[in-house]
Amino acid sequence: MNAPARGVAPLLEVRDLRVRFESAGETAARAVEGVSFTLARGETLGLVGESGCGKSLTALSIPRLVDEPPAQTSADSSILFRGEELVGASQQRLRQLRGAEIGFVFQEPMTSLNPVHRVGDQVAEALWTRGEVSRKQAKTIALELLDRVEFRDPRRAMRAYPHELSGGMRQRALIAMAVACEPSLLIADEPTTALDVTVQAQILELLASLQADTGLALLLISHDLAVVSQVADRVAVMYAGRIVETGTARQVFGSPRHPYTEGLLRAVPTIDGAGGSLAMIPGRVPRPDAWPSGCTFHPRCPYAWDRCETDEPDLREGATSSGWVGARCWLEDEPAKRSGTGYAEVDS
Amino acid sequence: MAAPRRQTRRLERFELRGGLLGRYAVRRLVGSVPLLWGIVTLLFILLHAAPGDPMAAFFNPNVSPDVLEQMRRNFGLDQSLLEQYGRWLGNFVTGDFGFSYSRLRPVREVLAEALPNTLWLGATSLVVTFVVGCTVGIVQAVRQYSRLDHGLTFAALSLYSIPTFWLGVVLVLLVSSNAWPAWLDLPISGMQSLDYAELGAWDRIVDRIRHLILPTIALGLSSAAAVARYMRGSMLETIDEDYIRTARAKGLSERRVILRHALANALLPVISLVGLFLPILFGGAVVIEVIFSWPGMGRVMVDAIGARDYPLVLAASFLFATLVIVANLLADLLYAWVDPRIRYS
Repeated sequence: MNAPARGVAPLLEVRDLRVRFESAGETAARAVEGVSFTLARGETLGLVGESGCGKSLTALSIPRLVDEPPAQTSADSSILFRGEELVGASQQRLRQLRGAEIGFVFQEPMTSLNPVHRVGDQVAEALWTRGEVSRKQAKTIALELLDRVEFRDPRRAMRAYPHELSGGMRQRALIAMAVACEPSLLIADEPTTALDVTVQAQILELLASLQADTGLALLLISHDLAVVSQVADRVAVMYAGRIVETGTARQVFGSPRHPYTEGLLRAVPTIDGAGGSLAMIPGRVPRPDAWPSGCTFHPRCPYAWDRCETDEPDLREGATSSGWVGARCWLEDEPAKRSGTGYAEVDS
Repeated sequence: MAAPRRQTRRLERFELRGGLLGRYAVRRLVGSVPLLWGIVTLLFILLHAAPGDPMAAFFNPNVSPDVLEQMRRNFGLDQSLLEQYGRWLGNFVTGDFGFSYSRLRPVREVLAEALPNTLWLGATSLVVTFVVGCTVGIVQAVRQYSRLDHGLTFAALSLYSIPTFWLGVVLVLLVSSNAWPAWLDLPISGMQSLDYAELGAWDRIVDRIRHLILPTIALGLSSAAAVARYMRGSMLETIDEDYIRTARAKGLSERRVILRHALANALLPVISLVGLFLPILFGGAVVIEVIFSWPGMGRVMVDAIGARDYPLVLAASFLFATLVIVANLLADLLYAWVDPRIRYS
């Protein structure tokens, strides 16, 4: 997926990322299969998809946090961060970039903090271990950071152990840790999934305000369309290790092109019930080691015809009157095939 | 500078819970009184049920049966078992451990001499066991499935399968054989050399340490192998935790990720092993002290059992049991010190 030309090199450019898991005697599980996207400075890209579609693996691949083996990244894959190739970069260089340039917020605030160390120490550690500030200065900055992520009593939070904090507070601490060194890219992998809905909104606001302050680019991974639609500038929808649709948030959520996106959106209830009955995508996400032939979505697609079973469509992108969009679907060629009732509705 | 500061902060936290801690420790110790009573009572019954006569050592054509009978009366062995038990327990709770039949000295004196020697050997073995075991386990976990890992696994399983008494004897044979290099010569018996009294302060320390080496290896090696297995498993589990990924995402060095973030967590289950291994260690000490002529509780115990020296066996067992209980308590407190989530309730 290429961003609209802006005359500047993108901050992050992922090209043809392929990650597979190989174990002896078994079919290789192709978990991520040719994912490409770009992210400009200060931009928010939402990566959406069901569990198991490869979105977390894509996120972890960027700062090379995937354990290899068992995972295996194709040598043809390319992850350019500020023009620098990260696939195959030295561990030392990657350590320099992690935290300092690429911050990461994980899905599980309950288990992502070390239970035996104080929160303040864990935040400060990201700073002083780089040798640029003293431990004491790092503590001061950590206190400011905890204040910035809206702890009511940052001093107490500094001295607290993770088990003394709620899930939302832990996620704030993790965010403070991730942005401590003022990275230019923040990757948030399902940052709100484990949290209450009210806390979710606060965390999203916090991420948005941090972004407004520092101009960092945000890669937001979520299965939650509501979350993504709130903050993302652009959206990429993933299915079975591939990006199946891209576009601005308004385009993708307003007029989805790919049947999968359409199904996802029709499965979301609206607060006033204006959307009518909910629809359901039949079947389930295929396993990465047993993808169907042709278009991987065809067994679940209400519009699929014989071509979909044999040929795999490309993600075709291009400028339209409403902006840069694309979908990996044969319907792009033959829009007339989008006929009939589409998804079956579920009685509600 | 930073290290001592961290230390004081830890102590601070520990003291904050100090009141609770003291109460917890006292409660645990009080709770162990019935346990200790049960142990000595059971032992009392077992000892008296076993065949043998405490006065057998004095069987001699020159000693008339009347004298033996008199000795029995003096030691109260002519009374009914229940009377003997009551009298013994009554004295025991006041701290009077009785009189050793075989050594013809107060039990208290015999144990006061032997106990420090056993603690010395036991503590050294315990420290070596855990330091060696944990280090090997960490190395294995970090290099999982490497040749080094496989080699160490093989070595650990082999050592773990070797019985302590066999290892002790083989070490003695090995070191005293002609093939053993002279410069590596190590003492194989006792706690100190014959000329210990004439040595300078430094040489005394060296002499003591040299005498410790073989018994420590014999006593601690198989436990160290077991600790290494546990540590490897615990470390591998910890390395998979989310917070280790968080630490890596912060850009920390692998060394810091392992030693600061993984180690403290991986140690937690291993700490509770201290209490588990202590009885094994004391059990081993009984054998090792005999092999290496170490003048400790283990040897006292073996001699006393052979001589049916009831008061000495009972008092020595009581002391071993107390040591195990106290060490378990210390292990639990250590656990609480490392893990802030533990509360004394």
